[in-house]
Amino acid sequence: MPRAALRRAFYQGMRDGAPFLIVVAPFGLLFGVVAREAGWDMAQILGMSVLVIAGASQFTALQMMEEQAPTIVVILTALAVNLRHAMYSASLAPHLGPIPLWKRALVAYCLVDQTYGTAMNRYALTPALSPGEKAAVFFGAAAVTCPLWYASSVTGALIGRGLPAGLALDFAVPITFIALFAPGLRSPAHLAAAFVSVAVALALAGLPYSLGLLAAAALAMAAGAGVDAALERRA
Amino acid sequence: MSQVWIVILALGLGTFLIRFSFLGLIGDRALPGWALRLLRFVPVAVLPALVAPLTVWPSATGGAPDPARLIAAAVALAIGALTRSVLGAIFGGMAALYLALWIGL
Repeated sequence: MPRAALRRAFYQGMRDGAPFLIVVAPFGLLFGVVAREAGWDMAQILGMSVLVIAGASQFTALQMMEEQAPTIVVILTALAVNLRHAMYSASLAPHLGPIPLWKRALVAYCLVDQTYGTAMNRYALTPALSPGEKAAVFFGAAAVTCPLWYASSVTGALIGRGLPAGLALDFAVPITFIALFAPGLRSPAHLAAAFVSVAVALALAGLPYSLGLLAAAALAMAAGAGVDAALERRA
Repeated sequence: MSQVWIVILALGLGTFLIRFSFLGLIGDRALPGWALRLLRFVPVAVLPALVAPLTVWPSATGGAPDPARLIAAAVALAIGALTRSVLGAIFGGMAALYLALWIGL
C-alpha cells in the first residue's frame, strides 16, 4: 500500500469529519458543565470522556446518578443507549474486516456517531477505496473528533456555569444527528426506513431502557431492506 | 470506590465490547447478502429514532413540544436531504432555531 494514498485518505477523513467539530465541541462543553454542576471532579469528567466517548450515554448515566438510581441500573441503561454501536460495528465490518485486529480494536475504541457517519458517507461516495484507505479515512475523522471530545469536556468543566442558556445548545445534538442521516435519504427504501424509525420511536418512547429505540431501529432496518428487495424484484 | 468511578469503568469497558463486537468477530469473512442489505439501512434506522423523541419532546422545555425546535429540525432535514451537505444542514438548522427563538416562537 503506497503511503501517499494512505495519507491522502487520512486527510480526506479529517476534512470530512471537520464539520462535526462545531457540534462535538458544544456537546462536550455541555457535558463538562453539567457534570461539574453535579459535583464531579476533573479526573472523573476527563476519565468518562476518554474511556466512554459517547455523549448520549454519558448524559444518560449522569442524569440517572443525579436521580439516585442503583449503580447496576445506571450501567445497563447507559449501555442500552450504546447498543446502536453494535449495529455500526456490524456495518463497518465488511469494509474494515481485512485490516489487522489491533487496528480494528482501535476503530472500535473511536467508533462514535460522527466517525461512523463520516466514514460511511465517504465509503458510499468513493467505493474504490482499499480496506487500508478506508481505515485511514476513519482514523482521519477520529483524529479530529476524539481529542476534541476530551478537550471540550475539560473546558466545559473549567467554564462551569458560564454558558448562557440562550445558545440553546441542547438542540445541537438532535441537529447533528439529523445532519448525519438526512443526506442518506437517497431512495424510497431509505425514506421508508426513516419513516418507520420515527413512527415506532415516538409510539414506544415510554418504554424503559431504550427498548423503544432498539425496536424502532430493528423494524426500520427490516422496512428498508423489504422495500429495497421488493423494488429490485420489480425492476 | 465511588459510584461514579464504578459507572465510568463499567460503561467504558461495556461500550468498547459493544463497538468491538462485529469488527472483532467477523474479521475478513464475508457477510451474507441479506445481512449486507439490512446493514445499508443502519444509519437511517437508528439516527431518526434517536432524534424523534428529542425533537418532539425537548428536555430544554421540560418535554413540551416547541415550535422553534420543530422548525429547526425540519430545516436541517430538508437542507441535508436536498443538498447532501452535512455542514449546511447543521448551520441551516441552528440558524433556523436562533431565528425562530428570536422572533419568539
